[in-house]
Amino acid sequence: MKMKKLVSMALTAAMAVSIVSAAAYADGTFYIGAIGPLTGAAANYGTAVVNGAQIAVDEINAAGGIGGAQIEYKGEDDELDNEKSVNAYNTLKDWGMQILVGPTTSGCSIAVSEKTKADNMFQLTPSGSAQDCTAYDNVFRVCFSDPNQGMASAKYIGEHGLATKVGVIYDSSDVYSSGIEATFEAEAANQGIEIAVKEAFTADSNVDFSSQLQKCADAGVELIFLPIYYTQAGTILTQAMMMGLQTQWFGCDGLDGMLDMDNFDKSLAEGVMLLTPFAADAEDELTQNFVAAYKAAYDVTPNQFAADAYDAVYTIKAAAEKAGITPDMSVSDICEALKTAMTEITVEGLTGTITWTADGEPDKDPKAVVIQDGAYVSMQ
Amino acid sequence: MVSFLNYFINGLSLGSIYAIIAIGYTMVYGIAKMLNFAHGDIIMVGAYIAFSVITTAKLPAAVGVLAAICGCMLLGITIEKIAYKPLRHAGSSLAVLITAIGVSYFLQNVALLIFSSNPKMFTPIIPMSMMTIQLGSFRIQTISLVSIAVGVVLVLLLQLFINKTRPGQAMLACAQDRGAASLMGISVNGTISLTFAIGSAMAGIAGVLLCSAYPTLSPYTGAMPGIKAFVAAVFGGIGSIPGAMIGGLLLGIIEILSKTYISSQLSDAIVFAVLIVVLLVRPTGIMGKVVQEKV
Repeated sequence: MKMKKLVSMALTAAMAVSIVSAAAYADGTFYIGAIGPLTGAAANYGTAVVNGAQIAVDEINAAGGIGGAQIEYKGEDDELDNEKSVNAYNTLKDWGMQILVGPTTSGCSIAVSEKTKADNMFQLTPSGSAQDCTAYDNVFRVCFSDPNQGMASAKYIGEHGLATKVGVIYDSSDVYSSGIEATFEAEAANQGIEIAVKEAFTADSNVDFSSQLQKCADAGVELIFLPIYYTQAGTILTQAMMMGLQTQWFGCDGLDGMLDMDNFDKSLAEGVMLLTPFAADAEDELTQNFVAAYKAAYDVTPNQFAADAYDAVYTIKAAAEKAGITPDMSVSDICEALKTAMTEITVEGLTGTITWTADGEPDKDPKAVVIQDGAYVSMQ
Repeated sequence: MVSFLNYFINGLSLGSIYAIIAIGYTMVYGIAKMLNFAHGDIIMVGAYIAFSVITTAKLPAAVGVLAAICGCMLLGITIEKIAYKPLRHAGSSLAVLITAIGVSYFLQNVALLIFSSNPKMFTPIIPMSMMTIQLGSFRIQTISLVSIAVGVVLVLLLQLFINKTRPGQAMLACAQDRGAASLMGISVNGTISLTFAIGSAMAGIAGVLLCSAYPTLSPYTGAMPGIKAFVAAVFGGIGSIPGAMIGGLLLGIIEILSKTYISSQLSDAIVFAVLIVVLLVRPTGIMGKVVQEKV
C-alpha cells in the first residue's frame, strides 16, 4: 500500500515536471507576448501595437525565424487598466511568454514593469513614453520618452524660427501631456521662446476650451503648442475656427490619428505641425512594404503605434541574434543576454535608425511633419 | 470688457447645455425618486443618432434632431420598463441606483461596439456660413445663442405643461405622494413613463447642442457633462425645474470664469467648492423646497 502511494507520487511529480518543461521551451520556439488596450477608449493604440507586431512576427517567421527558431506570438487586452494589464501579463506568463513587447500605454507599462523586474523578464515597450516606464534595467522602449519630445519640440520651434511668443494648452491630469509640457518649458527658455500663455485642462473638464483659446488670442501668441491627444485637439481646432483664431499649431505624437477621426474636417488641420516618428506616406521601401502588408491584413493605414511595435519585434530579433540566445534558455538568462545586446545593436526601423543606451532610452532623430491637403508631408 | 463679455457668453452657452441635461435629471428624481445615472449616456446616444442621420445618411439637420429626440424618448421608456420598473418596489433605493450605473456602462459599451472608440467629428447643425455673428469687435458663436434660447424655451414650455395640463398635474401629484395619487385614479406607471420620455427627449436635444458646440463625439462624451449636470440639479435644488435651469447656468458661468480668471486647472475644484458652500447655507439647493415632516 505504502509502495503504491510512493510510486503514484513519483509519477505525479514526473508528470508535473514534464508539463512545465514541455509547455514552453522544449519545442524550439520563442514565445513573445504583447499587451495593449484592444477595447475601450484607447483601443486604437493597443490594436495597432498588437497588429503591427503580428506583421513583423509573420515576416520573421516566413524568413526563417530568430536564429532559426520560429516565434509563437500572442496579444492580450488590458483595456487601458493597470490591474488588467498585470493580469494580462500573468496570463501570458502562464502561456509560456519569454519576452514581452508592451504594454502599449505609459501607466500600464509602469505597472507591469514591477512584475517583469521581479521575474527578470525582458520588456520592450513600443510606445510607453513616460519617463518612469524604463526605470528598471530590464525595460527598454522604442518611442521617444515624453521629456525628449518636449525638448525636441522646443528645439525644433526655436531652430526653425517658427515663433518667439507661444501659448501652451496641456492636460494636467495626464502624465504624458504634463511630462512633455515640463521639458518644453525648460527648453523654451534656452531657445529664447517666450511662453506667454500656459493653460491646462483635466480629464474631468475636457469639453470646453473657449477660455484657454480666448486667453491665447488676447495675448497675441504666434504659435500654440498642443502636447495632448488628438481627441481634444479636434475640439480645440474647431473652437478656434469658430472664434476666428488663426495661429500656427504644433503638437507631438499624440496628435497622430487626428486625420483618421470619422467626419473630421481636414481643412481644420491644414498647416498643423507635429513631431511624429512615422508617416505612412513616406517613400522609403521599408515603410511602403509595411503599409501595404498592414493594409492587406487589417484594411486600415497603420499609425505610429503599429510602426513602433513592428520595430520592437525586429529589435528583439536583432538583439537576440547578437546575443545568440536560444529558446531553451530561462526567462532570466534571456533577459540578461538581451540587456547587454541592446546597447550594441543598431536597428534600421520604420521610426528611424535607432541605438539604445543602457538605461533603456532610444537614440534617434525626431521627425516633423506638416499637414497639407489632409496628409502628412515630411518637413526638413 | 469685450473679452469678459465673450467669456460670459461662453459660460452661458455651456451653462444652458448643463441646464437642459439637469432638467432631465431633476424631473426623473422629482417624480420617480431615483437618480438616473444613465442620463448622461442617453445624451451620447442622442448625439450618435443625430450623427448617423445627418452625416452618414446625409439627411437634413432637422430630421437628425427629430430622430435624436424620438430615439432618446424610446430608449428612455425602454430603460425604465426593463431596468428600473421591476426594482421600484425592491425596498432599497440603492438597488435602482446600482442598476442605473449598470445601464450607464451598458450604453457606453454598446456604443463602443457599434461606433468604436475612435472619436467622430459631429457636423454642427448650424451651417458653416452662419456659425458666428460679428458685432463690431465682438464675436458670438451662433450655437451659444441657440443653446441659451433653446434652454429658456424648454423651461417655459415645461412649466406650462406641468402647471396647466392634466398629465402635468398628474406628475405633480405623483411627485408629492405616489400612493395617494394612484388612489385618486392616476396611472403612476404611465406618469413615470411620461417623465422618462420627456427627460430623455431633453437629453436628445442636449446631445445635439453639446456636440454642435464641442464636436468630438465618443462613447464617453455624455459621462462628464452628465455628472456636471447632476451637480447643477443639486445646486439648483433637485426636483425643481427652474432650479435646474438656474443651477445649470450658474455652474457654466462659474466654470468658465474661474477657468479664465483664477486657474484653468482648479476650475472643477472651485465649482465644487461653491456647491458645498451653497449646500451649507441652503441644504435643499437654491430653489429647493423645505418639506416639513408632518406627524
